[in-house]
Amino acid sequence: MMKRKILNEKKINIILERLSNEILENHFETKNSVLLGIQPRGIELCKRLYHNLKKLNNNVKMGKLDVSFYRDDFRRSDKIITPSNMDLNISLENKNVILVDDVLFTGRTVRSAFEALLSFGRPKKIELLVFVDRRFCRELPIQADYVGIEVDTLENEKVFVKFGQTEKSVYLTS
Amino acid sequence: MKDLSVDNLTTIKDLSKSDIKLIFNTADNFKKILNQPIKKVPSLRDITIANLFFENSTRTKLSFELAEKRLSADIINFSSSNSSVKKGETLLDTVQNILAMKVDMIVLRHSSPGASIFLSRNIDAKIINAGDGSHEHPTQALLDSFSIRQKFSDFKSLNVLIIGDIIHSRVALSNIFCLQKLGANVGVCGPSTLMPKFLKSLNVEYFKDLKSALSWSHVANVLRIQLERQKLKYFPSLREYSSRFGVTKKVLDEIKNKVILMHPGPINRGVEISSDVADSKQSIILDQVENGVAIRMAVLYLLAKKIKK
Repeated sequence: MMKRKILNEKKINIILERLSNEILENHFETKNSVLLGIQPRGIELCKRLYHNLKKLNNNVKMGKLDVSFYRDDFRRSDKIITPSNMDLNISLENKNVILVDDVLFTGRTVRSAFEALLSFGRPKKIELLVFVDRRFCRELPIQADYVGIEVDTLENEKVFVKFGQTEKSVYLTS
Repeated sequence: MKDLSVDNLTTIKDLSKSDIKLIFNTADNFKKILNQPIKKVPSLRDITIANLFFENSTRTKLSFELAEKRLSADIINFSSSNSSVKKGETLLDTVQNILAMKVDMIVLRHSSPGASIFLSRNIDAKIINAGDGSHEHPTQALLDSFSIRQKFSDFKSLNVLIIGDIIHSRVALSNIFCLQKLGANVGVCGPSTLMPKFLKSLNVEYFKDLKSALSWSHVANVLRIQLERQKLKYFPSLREYSSRFGVTKKVLDEIKNKVILMHPGPINRGVEISSDVADSKQSIILDQVENGVAIRMAVLYLLAKKIKK
């Protein structure tokens, strides 16, 4: 397996700062804004953005969305679907929702996220933030509003984003 | 932890400990879904389920139906009181006719022990046993243990007592298997005439006296006296039964430990359990009903996963 580092910690931090500021630009009045991390891998990113925004005196809210039961590949793929926790104690009725995930690939996870979040009310607006946008891989007409980095990949390649305490990096493996 | 090791849920006996844990963890997720404003997920939207109830049921039937609807499955209902069974059709024929209508899963309640095992050997659809005579009632046992799990973190060294009509109770048998697989100690209490002959082989403790049984236990599951299944007189009178084995406030006050009380329903208030106790804080009867939907969603979801596209 080939493993190639695309981003190191320093660059990741710069990108996180930029994304936070971009959100702030569009959500100046944030009492109605909700950061919604997609389980499992959107959560770390979502937490970092949340803390950044808190530092900027912003009262955005945060939730965790699990899309397992809303996926469209149930019974169709051999991949094991392991459900995670849904953690969303607020109604999304009339809220400005920013969906957060680490990698945007086929767009199918995001589609299931739309369906899942509609179970919590009808938001005023939904936006999408991804850290890595894998271009030319989409199977659905879905684009992100906020993008950390755009990466051109082959279909058999994989992108790994690590936001751990010990290591922050983005890898490409094939 | 990925898939169930079984293709049908006919008995708890067939399940492994990790199967039970997988069902519990999945049910945890569905419990969250059931607290959402919109409690429906689209997972089973291309699955058709037939609920075949050859025997009366309110709770189990409603609970299964709700679970199926929450998962977006298409459902058809059947109860034997108004069907061709009365005209002499066999079980296999009835089911094969229903399957010809392209049904993927069957929830079966039948008065003959082993009916669901028989069906699972003869037909293609996934079978879930919703009670077969005095044999097993797997989803009830799962939801009972799931409810206990919410009160106690571990089943190790947990003493669970089952009181009442053990010989006729499918709930008792499934509960014994399920609890033992999870590592709990199981005890039974009731008139010796209502204990099955194979009690010794079940590896459970038998108590003749209710008070000593309750002092031993952390949890007590109180069963209904199944008069409809009793072809003989097993005890002199209901009044005598309830004075010796009825769980009342008086008995509970006499013991030192606080026992969690469960009942699979339907309750005969004043017979096996008194009203004040059934409605007290010690009782988790309504939690059991609530958990029933989540457990059945988990079972349906995990079995549907095995239907190949």
